[in-house]
Amino acid sequence: MLHIINKSPSERNSVEAALRLATKGSVVLLIEDAVYAATRGNTAAAKIQTAMADLKIYALKPDLETRGMADRVMDGVSLVDYAGFVDLVAEQPNCQSWL
Amino acid sequence: MKFGILVNEGPYTHQSSDSAFKFAQAAIAKGHEVTRVFFYHDGVNNATRLTVPPVDDRHVVNRWAELGEKHGVDLVVCIAAAQRRGLLDDNEAKRQGKDANNIHPAFRISGLGQLVEAGIQNDRLVTFGD
Repeated sequence: MLHIINKSPSERNSVEAALRLATKGSVVLLIEDAVYAATRGNTAAAKIQTAMADLKIYALKPDLETRGMADRVMDGVSLVDYAGFVDLVAEQPNCQSWL
Repeated sequence: MKFGILVNEGPYTHQSSDSAFKFAQAAIAKGHEVTRVFFYHDGVNNATRLTVPPVDDRHVVNRWAELGEKHGVDLVVCIAAAQRRGLLDDNEAKRQGKDANNIHPAFRISGLGQLVEAGIQNDRLVTFGD
C-alpha cells in the first residue's frame, strides 16, 4: 500500500495519522508541503525516524527543491521525481491519499 | 497500466492541481494510460474557460485541456459541484435559464458515477486535493 501525504506536520495531523495506521511493509510518499516532514529537525522527525523500521519513506524531490529543502533531507528518506512517483503507484497494489 | 485521477482542489490554490497534472504527464511519458481525470469539489474550477492568468504564469485550464485533447484523457467535471460554484456548459446554461456558460469545451459535465467507474475500470485511482 502506498500512502500519499501532502500537508506539513505543522498544518495537519495527516503525517502522524498515516504513520500510526500504515501497516508494516507499506510505503509512504511525502509530496507538496508534506516534504517538510522529511527534513532534519522538523517536528515530526522523531516519528519518521521510528517509522522507518517498518515503512519505506520517500519524498518528492521537485517539491523539496521548490522549498529550498533538498539539502536538509533526513538519512533514510529516498527521493523520487514524478516518474518515480508514477512507479511507486504502479508497484504498490493500491494507494491512499491522506487529505 | 491504466490510471484514473481525482482532483479535489481548484487551480492556483495550493498545489494539488499542479501535482495531479505533473503526475498525469509523467504517467503518460512512461507509457501508461490516463483514462480519466475527475474534477470534484473545488476541483471543478479547473474547467473554466474564462481563466486569464498573467502571461508569465502557467495556464492550468488550457494545460489540462491540451493534455486531454492530445492523449485522449476524459476530463469530467462533477455536475453538482460545478452548478453550486457557477460552472455551466452550454446545455446546462440553457436548461437553468442562465445568460452565459463557462466550461471549457475540452471538459464534459457528468456525475459521480463517472468517478466510481474510474475506480473500477482503472488499475489505480490517485487522489489529489486539499
